[in-house]
Amino acid sequence: MSSPDEPDADIAGTFAGIPSLLDRAPALIARGRMLDCECLLGPLDHPFHVSIREGRIVDLTPAPVLMRSWRFSYRATAVAWAEYWQPAPRPGWHDLLALTKRKQATLEGDLHPFMTHLQYFKDVLALPRPRGQVPA
Amino acid sequence: MTGHVEPMVGRYVHVEISGEMHRIYFEENGQGIPLVCLHTAGSDGRQWRHLLADAEFSKAFRIIAFDLPWHGKSNPPASWGGEEYRLTTARYTETVLAFCGALALPKPVVMGCSIGGRIVLNLAIDHAAEFRALIGLEAADFQAPWYDTSWLNRPDVHGGEVCAALVSGLIAPQSPEVSRNETLWAYKQGGPGVFKGDLYFYRVDGDLRGRTDRIDTKVCPLYLLTGEYDFSCTPDDTRRTAAEISGASVTVMEQLGHFPMSENPEQFRRYIAPVLRDIIKQSAHTKQGEHV
Repeated sequence: MSSPDEPDADIAGTFAGIPSLLDRAPALIARGRMLDCECLLGPLDHPFHVSIREGRIVDLTPAPVLMRSWRFSYRATAVAWAEYWQPAPRPGWHDLLALTKRKQATLEGDLHPFMTHLQYFKDVLALPRPRGQVPA
Repeated sequence: MTGHVEPMVGRYVHVEISGEMHRIYFEENGQGIPLVCLHTAGSDGRQWRHLLADAEFSKAFRIIAFDLPWHGKSNPPASWGGEEYRLTTARYTETVLAFCGALALPKPVVMGCSIGGRIVLNLAIDHAAEFRALIGLEAADFQAPWYDTSWLNRPDVHGGEVCAALVSGLIAPQSPEVSRNETLWAYKQGGPGVFKGDLYFYRVDGDLRGRTDRIDTKVCPLYLLTGEYDFSCTPDDTRRTAAEISGASVTVMEQLGHFPMSENPEQFRRYIAPVLRDIIKQSAHTKQGEHV
C-alpha cells in the first residue's frame, strides 16, 4: 500500500505491479474481454505505455517510447495515486473522475475505449487498493 | 403464506401532466403525514425501499415513492414517438404537484435526492405554502459539470454500463457492496437517453442561482443533507446554497455519497431520523395550535 506522501518512484513501482494483480482477477479480465487498446496511464510526469489485449495487460513500459502511439491517456499526480490506493480513500480522492474534477488528473485523447470500459479502468487502476479493509 | 412479504404496496395512478394522462407507478406504506420521495436522475423509486419499509416511520408517515414518467414502471406517455426525452424545471414541478394532487395528499412533505433535491428547492421557491416540509438530499442551486453527458446515449457505447460506471464513483467506499450493486443496477436498467434527459434539467434548465433567496423557511421548513463523498453535489455546493436561504438546515452526512437512501440505508437512517422526528414534532404543535 502507498502512503499519500510517498515519492514518485514508489508510485511507479506500484503501477508496475498492476498487470500481475490483474492476472489474478479473472472476473475483471472477463469484463475487459472485448478490449484491445494502447493507452498511457500513470503519474503525470512518468506515465507508462500500457498494451491491453482481451482485457489483460500484456505490456507496461515506462514512457517515453520512440514513436509509440496511444488512444487515450489518464495521468494523475503522485499524491492522487497514493490517495486513490488508500483502503478507504478520502472524499474527492476516491474516483478517477473525482480526481479529474479536482484537477489532480488529466484525461486526454480518444476517450472511446475509456468510456466503453469505464468501470473496468476504474477497477484495474484500483487494484493496488487493499481489499476488505475499508474502515466502517 | 410462509415467505417474508414486505409492507409496501405498489399501484398505478393516472395523472394529467401537460394536458396528457400519464400512468404513474408508486409504492406506499404507512399512515399519517404524507411523505413523497423523489428518486435520482436515471433511476426509479426502488431507491426508497428501505425507508418505505421502515417500521418506526411508517407509523407516523404515509411514505410514498413514485417513478417519474420514462422511469421504472412509469412508461412514457402515449403521445411519445421516440423524440429525445428532456426533463425541464416546469415539467418536473408540474409532475410533482400533479402527482400529489391526484392522490389528494393534504400538505405533504417532499424529500428528493439529486435532481429530486434540486426540484425541492424550486418547490420551496414557488410553492412553499403547499408543503409541510421540504427535504433536499444532495441538493444545490447549481453544480459544476464533471463529464460530457453526450456519452450517456450513443449507439457505440452501452448506455447501461456507462451510466452505472459514471455514477459508481459517487458512492462512498464504506457503503456495503450489496447496496452499491443494487444502486447501480437501476442505472443499468434505465431506458436509452433517460438519464441524459434528466440531466438536461440538472445541467441546463434548472440553474437556480439567484432565485433561492426567495425561499421563506418560516412558511415551509427546509432541510438539506449531503453526503461527504458526493463529488457531483459537494457539501460545499450545499453549504453555498444554504448560505442564501435564511433558516435552512444543513447536515453533511459522513460515509455517504450521492445515493444515501439506497447505497447505505442504515447509515442514512442515522441522519434522516432526527429530521423526520422534527417534522412529526412540528406537525403535532401545528395541530395543537389549530385546536386552540
